Amino acid sequence: MTSPAIELKGISKAFGPVQANKDISISVMPGTIHGIIGENGAGKSTLMSILYGFYKADAGEVFISGQKTEIPDSQAAIAAGIGMVFQHFKLVENFTVLENIILGAEDGGLLKPSLAKARKTLLELEQEYDLKVDPDAIIEEIGVGMQQRVEILKALYRQANILILDEPTGVLTPAEADQLFRILGRLKEEGKTIILITHKLREIMDITDTVSVMRRGEMTATVKTSETSPEHLAELMVGRKVLLQVDKVPATPGDVVLDIQNLRVVDEQKVERVKGINLQVRAGEILGIAGVAGNGQSELLEVLGGYANATGTITLNGQPIDLSGKHSDGRSRRERGIAHVPEDRQREGLIMDFAAWENTAFGYHRDPRYQSGILMNNAAIRIDTQEKMDRFDVRPPHPHLAAKNFSGGNQQKIVLAREIERNPDLLLVGQPTRGVDIGAIEFIHQQIVALRDQGKAILLVSVELEEILSLADRVAVMFDGQIMGERQSKETDEKELGLLMAGVSS
Amino acid sequence: MNFLALFDLTVLDTTLRLAVPLLLACLAGLFSERAGIFDIGLEGKMLAAAFFSAAIAAVSGNVWLGLLAGIGASLVLSAVHGLASITFRGNQLISGVAINFLAAGMTVLIAQDWFSQGGRTPSLTDGGRFGPITLPFADAFSAVPVVGPIYAELISGHSILVYVALLCVPGTWYILFRTRFGLRLRAVGENPAAVDTAGVSVVGLRFVAVGICGILCGIAGAYLATGLQAGFVKDMTAGRGFIALAALIFAKWRPWHALWATLLFGYLQAIALRPDIIEGALGFKVQVQLLDALPYILTVVILAGFVGKAIPPRAGGEPYVKER
Repeated sequence: MTSPAIELKGISKAFGPVQANKDISISVMPGTIHGIIGENGAGKSTLMSILYGFYKADAGEVFISGQKTEIPDSQAAIAAGIGMVFQHFKLVENFTVLENIILGAEDGGLLKPSLAKARKTLLELEQEYDLKVDPDAIIEEIGVGMQQRVEILKALYRQANILILDEPTGVLTPAEADQLFRILGRLKEEGKTIILITHKLREIMDITDTVSVMRRGEMTATVKTSETSPEHLAELMVGRKVLLQVDKVPATPGDVVLDIQNLRVVDEQKVERVKGINLQVRAGEILGIAGVAGNGQSELLEVLGGYANATGTITLNGQPIDLSGKHSDGRSRRERGIAHVPEDRQREGLIMDFAAWENTAFGYHRDPRYQSGILMNNAAIRIDTQEKMDRFDVRPPHPHLAAKNFSGGNQQKIVLAREIERNPDLLLVGQPTRGVDIGAIEFIHQQIVALRDQGKAILLVSVELEEILSLADRVAVMFDGQIMGERQSKETDEKELGLLMAGVSS
Repeated sequence: MNFLALFDLTVLDTTLRLAVPLLLACLAGLFSERAGIFDIGLEGKMLAAAFFSAAIAAVSGNVWLGLLAGIGASLVLSAVHGLASITFRGNQLISGVAINFLAAGMTVLIAQDWFSQGGRTPSLTDGGRFGPITLPFADAFSAVPVVGPIYAELISGHSILVYVALLCVPGTWYILFRTRFGLRLRAVGENPAAVDTAGVSVVGLRFVAVGICGILCGIAGAYLATGLQAGFVKDMTAGRGFIALAALIFAKWRPWHALWATLLFGYLQAIALRPDIIEGALGFKVQVQLLDALPYILTVVILAGFVGKAIPPRAGGEPYVKER
């Protein structure tokens, strides 16, 4: 009987009082794809960092092909045949593909022979695994899909037999993700062992042979993929039954609330980010903006939120909005009834070092309820925050705790509570569930749908197609600053939207 | 008006000599900053090196011992900077400022205690200085029109450190762009995480870079006190470390451009010494004070970003912390 390509026995790791990994054991056979799934903070990344020599485990053993192996640093991991493709690529942006590939694996003191050898090896790898890249391209000039291929090639160049991929599809279009999976399938055929870390159930179901579920630092189950279902895996992840579909009644759109005509945004580098788009959002409907990150959605939200200038016309309930003058700021927007849950809550939505109650007042600190003469009425803000926290099930419900001490999902609830509770006419929501665990996603989606059912207009921007399809009533796809098309979400699917996201107009 | 007079051979000769400390400091900064460690302590390291090279040369009568002492002093300060900004992940600017203050105060204090000459070292005599070297055939060639005087006066007749500095330019270029070490050095200044995950030590690379920076600053300081002048005087670097930083930005962190940039600054310093030539060329008198201020004015202009967009190494100034 062949021994497992990689086997972990009783791995434990604690950071202070937090037990990130508790007695983890898995074993992965060679030539298989093994998925590891779990919520944020379940300990997946810690486990992989231990495997790649970033952390030293407090206890436990690692066996590679039956041999007990110590991995004190990345050099040892590479020597043991482990290759890692990180969620955030570890590439030098202004180097060529070839330079990135040889970095740290050069053959001698001079570059020329190393580069020549790498060029030759690259051609062989390209043919063997159907991984096409231009060796002389500069990293920052190629797309993310290509950059990811460079990361895979980096690992293969170092003769990795075990490839670990951490959330590899987060930045890819559906078409690019499919291509990645084809490559992984090819690698598997050639006998490589692949460990895929993800929080997307669909990917696990599509491509893995076996799957392990992690929850709160523990490995709760390891099952054959063919013998499980997404619902079962979700339940194992969260520890209770979860609704994967958003439960909502069909929308009953009313009058046009937001009307955008010929909107153009030019950024500081004089690059046109939004190229003349037209959009309408009606009362009582959710318009989802789909698209790969960086195609103008962020700029659209910034303009609507009042912190970027633009040309064109936008009206709210028939009244024009100031796009570049004195009233083009967040305060004026809020006074007009636009609430904004920004895309990057840690940078734009919260001040991480400030307490939850202080964060709750931001943007609304002129509220008469928060005033006491020329001073802020801090006691009133704290009481108000406490009520909001209770209503939105923020845990732990302590207004005095700094924002950074809450988990991603609870931080998002604090922002959402602040914005929704003002009863806005229009709610802007960017990436509502990025870095949020499944349990909290369910709650956040319910809140957004509830607001819609009160007859409010909602503009949702998300890079998660699944989220757009289940939450939005209507979908507009942005590509390269333009709207590629609009669809009713019931009448479209991921494939059609994926093509639009890649700039293919139907 | 006679603009050609502005490029009088003696002025160009002085340009080269004044550019050398700037060039060495600029290349020192280049190594450090390309590895992601900002170093505003070039000034302090040069000053310390100038003092110790002059002091040891004066005491021993051997200029080579002086040079070694200068490099040693500069390396000690580099080690402090490395410890503060790499090992303890402190703020690189604050560490640099501290080194500048430390050098400015300690050099004068030690000089006064040691030599009792008002914070200077004794004037260096022949064995304690780097003398001029006459290149082969300089005399024979000097009769050849145009090329002859340029060879004899401009190229020949400098101290050894001038030629070392000039050789450092292609040397730096080669190391940076043609060797494994150079590739890793540039990578660690752009994205240390890429170097770390490739199994190469970020800390090790950065310490080597800071060490090279210390050696080059040491040579620059020693040249000031034992080549350009004959002994140490208080604050003799006169902002050259900062001018070198401006030149580094002007050169966009590239070795050959660093040469041209420092020659430009050297020229401005050289021409300021010859108001008579300027008056002859332009036909009117320019205030000496204005001429003296020119290199500093250019520095401010460059640092304010008026000379096109200069993109510093992307990880510059940031201590590297492994992410979870």
